[in-house]
Amino acid sequence: MIKEGGVAKNLLSIVEGLYDQMSSGEIPNLILPTRSKNNIEYNEDSCVWVYGNSESTRSAKSVRGAYRLLKTVYTIDFLNYQLKGGKSSTLRELYYISEGWDLAKFGAQEESNKLIEDLEIMSDLQRENFHIRPEEDGASVIGPIKIREETRRGLKEIHCQDDVGEGGYQIPTDVDRIDLLEHDADFLIAIETGGMRDRLVENGFDEKYRAIIVHLKGQPARSTRRFLKRVDKEFKIPVVVFTDGDPWSYRIYASVAYGSIKSAHLSEYIATPNARFIGIQPSDIVNYDLPSDKLSDQDIGALKSELSDPRFNTDYWRKEINLQLDIKKKSEQQALAKYGLDFVTDEYLPTRLSEMGVL
Amino acid sequence: MEETVAEKLAKKQRSISVAEFFEKNKQILGFGSVARALISTVKEAVDNALDACEEADILPDIMVEIKRSGKDAYKVIVEDNGPGIVKEQISKVFGKLLYGSRFYTLKQSRGQQGIGISAAVLYGQVTTGKPTKITSRIGVGYPANYCEMIIDTKNNEPDIVFESSKDWDRPHGTRIEVELVASYIKGRKQSVHEYLRATSIVNPHARITFIDPDGEMEVFERSTDEMPRRPKGIKPHPYGIELGTLLKMLKNSENRKLAAFLYSDFSRIGRKTAFEICERAGMDPEINPRDFNIESAKKLLNALKKSNISAPQLDCLSPIGEELMKKGIEGDSLVDFVLTTKRSTSVYSGNPFLVEVGLAYGGSLTGERVEVMRYANKVPLLYGGGGCAITHAIERINWKNYGLSQSGGGGIPYGPMVILVHLASTKIPFTSESKDAIADVREILDEVERGVKEVARGLRIFKEKEKKFKKKREKEEIIKKILPKIVEKTSSMLEREPPDISRVIARIMGNLLVDKEYAEEDGRSYFYLDLCNYSDISLNFKIHERAEGEIISYEPEAKIVDSPAGDYLVWSLKLKPRDEIRLKYTIRSIKELKMERPFVDGVKDVTIGGRCFGGKG
Repeated sequence: MIKEGGVAKNLLSIVEGLYDQMSSGEIPNLILPTRSKNNIEYNEDSCVWVYGNSESTRSAKSVRGAYRLLKTVYTIDFLNYQLKGGKSSTLRELYYISEGWDLAKFGAQEESNKLIEDLEIMSDLQRENFHIRPEEDGASVIGPIKIREETRRGLKEIHCQDDVGEGGYQIPTDVDRIDLLEHDADFLIAIETGGMRDRLVENGFDEKYRAIIVHLKGQPARSTRRFLKRVDKEFKIPVVVFTDGDPWSYRIYASVAYGSIKSAHLSEYIATPNARFIGIQPSDIVNYDLPSDKLSDQDIGALKSELSDPRFNTDYWRKEINLQLDIKKKSEQQALAKYGLDFVTDEYLPTRLSEMGVL
Repeated sequence: MEETVAEKLAKKQRSISVAEFFEKNKQILGFGSVARALISTVKEAVDNALDACEEADILPDIMVEIKRSGKDAYKVIVEDNGPGIVKEQISKVFGKLLYGSRFYTLKQSRGQQGIGISAAVLYGQVTTGKPTKITSRIGVGYPANYCEMIIDTKNNEPDIVFESSKDWDRPHGTRIEVELVASYIKGRKQSVHEYLRATSIVNPHARITFIDPDGEMEVFERSTDEMPRRPKGIKPHPYGIELGTLLKMLKNSENRKLAAFLYSDFSRIGRKTAFEICERAGMDPEINPRDFNIESAKKLLNALKKSNISAPQLDCLSPIGEELMKKGIEGDSLVDFVLTTKRSTSVYSGNPFLVEVGLAYGGSLTGERVEVMRYANKVPLLYGGGGCAITHAIERINWKNYGLSQSGGGGIPYGPMVILVHLASTKIPFTSESKDAIADVREILDEVERGVKEVARGLRIFKEKEKKFKKKREKEEIIKKILPKIVEKTSSMLEREPPDISRVIARIMGNLLVDKEYAEEDGRSYFYLDLCNYSDISLNFKIHERAEGEIISYEPEAKIVDSPAGDYLVWSLKLKPRDEIRLKYTIRSIKELKMERPFVDGVKDVTIGGRCFGGKG
């Protein structure tokens, strides 16, 4: 773990860079990788998608750039102060704190969130190092796995079946404060929706198939993704992702497996390239004749955009996405209930898992 | 001589009355829909009122009132302070279609075919069965004449159903009251209110009072007491006259000799020119104009076109004028930019015309698509915009050249802008009797395009200036507001001295930087002026630097000018963009150095930095 003093020094060096530019007569500027779909590339070594070589400059030459630099300096000053005092704050609190910064005040929380990400990239650190927390909850885990968490009441060992209720164990925001002790699982299944997660739990899927069930809660928080990554790395068991059958859900899978465009600088830390997509696949909609909705214009746009997204540039995804554009339909996970409440746990998942060679 | 097809048709048409013709063709006369009928009625009555006032040199004071009179029926009342109409003429003016005296001279007027107001009378009569009520008074000392009339549609004759004298509070003027089936629309582009507003814009000498069906009153006040110039009647101009018209003129001429016909029946042809034309046509100036046939008329027409004749007189047309157009187009809105232009008079088919264009941009104007206000002889055209030459001329301009977007590279552009186009002519070539749209006559299209482009060029220049100004303002925001804060915060965080950022400022502003430093050694003061051109252009300038003591050496070559204040070093310099140069000089040390700012002669945007006293920046 990086020492607080080191973090402060690292951040101050950004300020120092600006100071030096000004004293040598240069217009102050910061250079960052361009954070867009067009600037992510596959890293062969780590098998995840990271930022490419294209760079953007934030320079005081423009009003926008100048404000960005001013806000950066103010934010670093605040983080510095926070680190010294051993305090922490949430992303939302940071946004409100800027109220008192006059010209450097953030216009929206989006802006301060993005600035923290910028600082992560520039300092090669993570927001946890700055003592900045997200508001989002970590996801819940249920299954044959034992962890040890550093709590305010000391170290606690928790078995995620025996020691928890039906709600499961909640992953803390800083996953690196827990240790993964032991497990008795054959695989981990990460599920997009709460309804489906509850169905699996009620049907005793975790016990019957020795599965760790993780609820993603939509687009998963960093901590959830970090947890999946650690299970994959430390326990070396298969990780599968189970979502709805629509373009937005494929993006959830992509961010789990390959990293997201917004946080591509952290891909190596939170992406699980071994994670595999189990369904709902567009071909399932056809094969199982699932109840479906018509694709909206936005859905079609998103699917088309995925066809040009390097993360989906594989035979499998091209085939499935084109099929979906063809049939113009989407289905939810729970559409499987057409064949009864047990169909998903008795039929669909076991079939898919054996197809994938997990079972 | 053979009869033309048109002439044959005209003979047949005479057998049905014009009134009957109208009843079958309400659409083309502007009475196609109930909403439209109301606006057309107001329009015809107001046009007449304005024309009447202008002919009598009276500043128009017009009252328009619309009252609900039934479920779908409205009463339109239009009152003017014009000269009034003598009793015998009243029924003819309002009740006879095609009554007018405008057949032998060309003159710009609002109503042209004489069909307008009687069409409204007829429409009212057809839809409600009620007669039109007219009051008119020709002056103090005369009673007002009141009559109720309908039109006998079989014979195209007015039929007075009631007549009397009465008291009227107006000393002179005319009041018409038509009841008709109609629908009243508020707001919107095509409404009575909008029509009156548009009318008041181009008739700033008129006061128009409008009372709507709810009793709400709005006054479009006059913005000038000056009457517009009165158009004069003129004879046709020879350029662009058509063969048919020429034939008719030859036949009807009172002159028995060709040369006399030419110089007396046309404008802008003198005796000398008349004989020249005869010679060019190879014709005897003595021949009788009535003896012409199609072939010889063609020959004459060719000769007319080839002869050098001056442009038609301007005074037959009555333009709005640039000042008034400016006032009108700005109206109540605060705009950033207004420009107007008046083109010179041109001719199409022998008819003189001129185009005026006004453009207002920005400010409180909003709207996706540019608003186009079309006028023909000071009458606003509210309908048929899509088929109008004015619209077409605007659409065919590539607006990207003027900094406005256009969908699919054509059409009406987008932006907070109003374009006003006024076409004044002795004859407006409308596409139909409803007088909504101007036909695509090549000469008119070209003139409108030229006029609009002229004001659009002005807009482009304005926008470029504004952009530059905005950029400069932004840069000033950076160097005056934001950068000092960055300097302050970074240096306090690092616990260091604030850096000298004059070079940064010069770079951001694109200025010439002059950085002055000095050092002391062995009783000598060494001065350094470091210059860098951060602008995008080459700079030629002089640096005047007062030496605070006895000059020992300097570099590069400079002129020394002595003055009562001491010796000046003057360097004449030329710096290309990004060029740097160091000027050095040494003086014998003195006790209290002032470190004065060097004076730069020949460059406006300069940043002086370094250790100069007497204020920075």
